[in-house]
Amino acid sequence: MCGIAGIVHFDGSDVSGRLVRRMLAPLAHRGPDEYGVHVDGPVGLGHVRLSIIDLAGGQQPMHFPERGLSVTFNGEIFNYIELRAELETKGHRFRTRSDTEVILHAYDEYGDDCVEHFNGQWAFAIHDRRRRRMFLSRDRLGVRPLFFTVAKGKFLFASEVKSLFVDPDVPREIDPIGLGQLFTFWSPLAPRTVFEGISELPPGCNLTLKDGRLRTRRYWQLRYDVDERWRPEQEWADELLELLTDAARLRLRSDVPVGAYLSGGLDSTVNAALVQQCTSAALRTFSITFDSPEFDETAYQRQVVDALGTEHQAICCTRQDIGQIFPEVIWHTEQPILRTAPAPLFLLSELVHDGGYKVVLTGEGADEMFGGYDIFKEAKVRRFWAAEPESAFRALLLGRLYPYLPNMRAQSLAYHKAFFHVRSEDLDNPMFSHLPRWEMTSRLKTFCTAELQAAMREHDVYADCLAMLPAEFAAWPPFCQSQFLETTTLLPGYILSSQGDRMAMAHGVEGRFPFLDHRVAEFAARVPPRLKMKGLCEKYILKRATRHIVPEAVARRTKQPYRAPDAESFFGPGGSASSVPEYVETLLSPRRIEEDGLFQPEAVERLVEKARRGNAIGFKDNMALVGILSTQLVVEQFVRNFTPPSDRVLDAMEQKQPVGVLGPMVDADSLTISPSTATSPEGGQW
Amino acid sequence: MTDHAQALREFIRENFLYGKEPSFSDDDSFLDMGIIDSTGVLELVAHLEGRHGFTIEDDELVPENLDSIHNLVKFIKRKTQHLDVSA
Repeated sequence: MCGIAGIVHFDGSDVSGRLVRRMLAPLAHRGPDEYGVHVDGPVGLGHVRLSIIDLAGGQQPMHFPERGLSVTFNGEIFNYIELRAELETKGHRFRTRSDTEVILHAYDEYGDDCVEHFNGQWAFAIHDRRRRRMFLSRDRLGVRPLFFTVAKGKFLFASEVKSLFVDPDVPREIDPIGLGQLFTFWSPLAPRTVFEGISELPPGCNLTLKDGRLRTRRYWQLRYDVDERWRPEQEWADELLELLTDAARLRLRSDVPVGAYLSGGLDSTVNAALVQQCTSAALRTFSITFDSPEFDETAYQRQVVDALGTEHQAICCTRQDIGQIFPEVIWHTEQPILRTAPAPLFLLSELVHDGGYKVVLTGEGADEMFGGYDIFKEAKVRRFWAAEPESAFRALLLGRLYPYLPNMRAQSLAYHKAFFHVRSEDLDNPMFSHLPRWEMTSRLKTFCTAELQAAMREHDVYADCLAMLPAEFAAWPPFCQSQFLETTTLLPGYILSSQGDRMAMAHGVEGRFPFLDHRVAEFAARVPPRLKMKGLCEKYILKRATRHIVPEAVARRTKQPYRAPDAESFFGPGGSASSVPEYVETLLSPRRIEEDGLFQPEAVERLVEKARRGNAIGFKDNMALVGILSTQLVVEQFVRNFTPPSDRVLDAMEQKQPVGVLGPMVDADSLTISPSTATSPEGGQW
Repeated sequence: MTDHAQALREFIRENFLYGKEPSFSDDDSFLDMGIIDSTGVLELVAHLEGRHGFTIEDDELVPENLDSIHNLVKFIKRKTQHLDVSA
């Protein structure tokens, strides 16, 4: 697991190896073990490495000199052993044991279709010097990040936006439309980001650059072709367990030890149990605990640890911790967040790192694939109730939706009916399931300045979402439509990014996700919705498939979404904080809010005062506070005072001579470009 | 009655509109106007109980009592009359 960066000059002029090296510095946390820079005339590739597979032979950028190919790659191709064997029968000869080299040979053999052979999580860029093109790709569901931009005759790409911003030619401005999308969907919809002119390659897409033209092509899409033929439930369950076991087995491929995250919920327990089935060694598990009982799941974690016999370590996250590390968290998320939930995961990856681990298996994706989230339940109940609005029984189900939220328990049925009221025209809306969440989130926009609100209003973000939907969407069952929306918006944009890759990689930890194995995802898409949510029992088929490997108490427990304290992380419970962190006071001060120009100073001041009094207890207040503070931190750290780490951080790292040397090499220590004798740069236009 | 309405408008302005002038009539539904979300009801209840010294029972937590200035004023009047009588 690693970080990648690169530059292509459209006019054919030489890329500066020094700039590529500087672009690596802000990615050093992703790959602290070694780095490599390769410049070949108008193309420069950079790589920082977290060595996991083929520790000695996997240096990058890696080359396949006979075919004029170079690659810089972040991620894992888990089925590289099988692919390599397949390619060897076709005459390919390998120099290393790494999955990186398999990418080069697979591209050589299958062209752009190579990615369809991969089972993994990746972001990579291949320079194909013979065809004078670049080929970039991102995994199917968006586990690994890949950003790019075009500025002043250059194409630049990187694992994180901050690497692009190292080049002073790349402007650093907030994109009001990206922010408008985030203040609706919780993240921008790729390719859009919150930064003007910076794009993210959407999951499941390839990007090619040839003759000065960028082209994005989708190579994979989740399709809910539900298999409605009669089949015993147990057969579905057996097939699922077999697939999940294989998904976990592949994800244990590593030359360094592999641990697991354990929340105490069903998904992480299944994940840990699967790992235990695949290996004889004792599993190391890592958990977050909270000092507040509202969020803490220690008791469940202990049950799992005792039942599975894992070697366990936990870190307690306090609200003060969250308040303190929040600026660093936002430096890594690179976009505003509406909850503090990523912050504890930042501490968790530090615990894993300090424990000497670089790889963890984790349970994300199960809720999206098997229908675990409350939003699916809520949509089902709303639809069920809307069919018979006068039914008292159907309306009663509304009260069962959010039993874990103390503020919701006290609600009367009359209010539930009012909140979940279904407008008849919404029933046919493709976004039916998500409209309540998105409309509630959109209320944050009322804090924005009049100008920003006007800019946001000019652009219809719902139209952006509708434009993403494939033609077949309308034919899918409503439950699957909700799943698709969740899997293509929140999963890549927030769960796998702000709460996933960014928090884990902040401390050089690679997350691996058995539930996001594409075979599991494709299987789940075929499962009839009635087996995902049976009545109101969520993830039914997953529970059935895993009932013999999961402790009974965990299988039976009520689902509790992962949450962390929000407003009170900055202002104390009930506004009791003796000292509010200084950066909070500064960034939320009326003067600063006015200077930055995104929010209305008066409205923010009232909200802050409300939080100080301890009255910010509602969803909206908490979301607004975290959203505004994190936006102000994004502006501070990326727009106003962008100060990336100096490339001296790389000095401490070893620079390895990449395997299969090709073309002119940058000697990064002396930063001179040595002349090539083997090949000559082609020059000319790109 | 006007006093109650004025005080309620002030509370809503301060607490739910963050200082922005309310642009709704006394009969407009807070839910329809998007002014109060599901947790906002509890803030409103806490405010009413704190300010007027009565307790709101679970079966009184209904939009007919709480969902517009007009409904609230009627509700407060009824509740405080009840207090006066019992006192």
